[in-house]
Amino acid sequence: MSDIKNVFDVAGRSMSAQLVRMNTIASNLANAGNVSGTEETAYRAMKPIFSTTYANNFKDSGISTTEVQGITTSDRKPERIYMPSHPVADETGFVYSAGVNVEEEFVEMLEAKRQYQNNIEVVTTLRALMMHTIRMGK
Amino acid sequence: MKGISEYLNVHSNALAVRSRRNNILASNIANAATPNFKARDIDFQSEIRKVESEGAVRATNPLHIKASLQGPTGTMLYRDPVSPSRDGNTVEMNVEQMEFSENVIRYQTSLTFLNNKISGLLSAIKGE
Repeated sequence: MSDIKNVFDVAGRSMSAQLVRMNTIASNLANAGNVSGTEETAYRAMKPIFSTTYANNFKDSGISTTEVQGITTSDRKPERIYMPSHPVADETGFVYSAGVNVEEEFVEMLEAKRQYQNNIEVVTTLRALMMHTIRMGK
Repeated sequence: MKGISEYLNVHSNALAVRSRRNNILASNIANAATPNFKARDIDFQSEIRKVESEGAVRATNPLHIKASLQGPTGTMLYRDPVSPSRDGNTVEMNVEQMEFSENVIRYQTSLTFLNNKISGLLSAIKGE
């Protein structure tokens, strides 16, 4: 990845990280009601791993941003439900429901949204400052 | 020429340090959700004193041209969190937002002072 040069890189990359987080939340919520025949094939919630990326001249500029390092699946156990009439039920009549906690996903969605907004706010403010600076002396 | 640049020096130095601090605070806000990220900041007072006393590079000869503000090597400090969180992240949104808005206002203040000085100079030059 190229170097982080200014506040637009900082906020832009942090916003794309928050968008990845938002995508995983959307996938988790979309799969929340899914059932599967075995515990292994049941859907498990996806979570992004954030890590800090520093600019090459961090010592001078102090610029750093956040990036998604990878995506893991949560270790929440899929719920075992007795549903003998279900077509994918195993021989004992159980199905495994996706390991997604809807409330947890909603809270995380709100947090991602707030952080996205904060980044936009920072860029808007600093962009206005830059415009004022360009017009200096007029 | 030197007179004019010295006349504007205080506020242009302040502007450069403020702009650098803005970047650092923006980085803190961008990393608000990153585990183990430690919020950083600079002390404006000591930074501006450093810049004003020697510039970015120390001049060993009075004939040396004084270096401008190309990347002052400042001391990056760590913020002391009010209530530390379990994931090791020390960014507190309320603190960062307040520091950021204060810094923006102070940047604008320096900018206004600069503008006033420039228009003062201009009217002196034009003799209106």
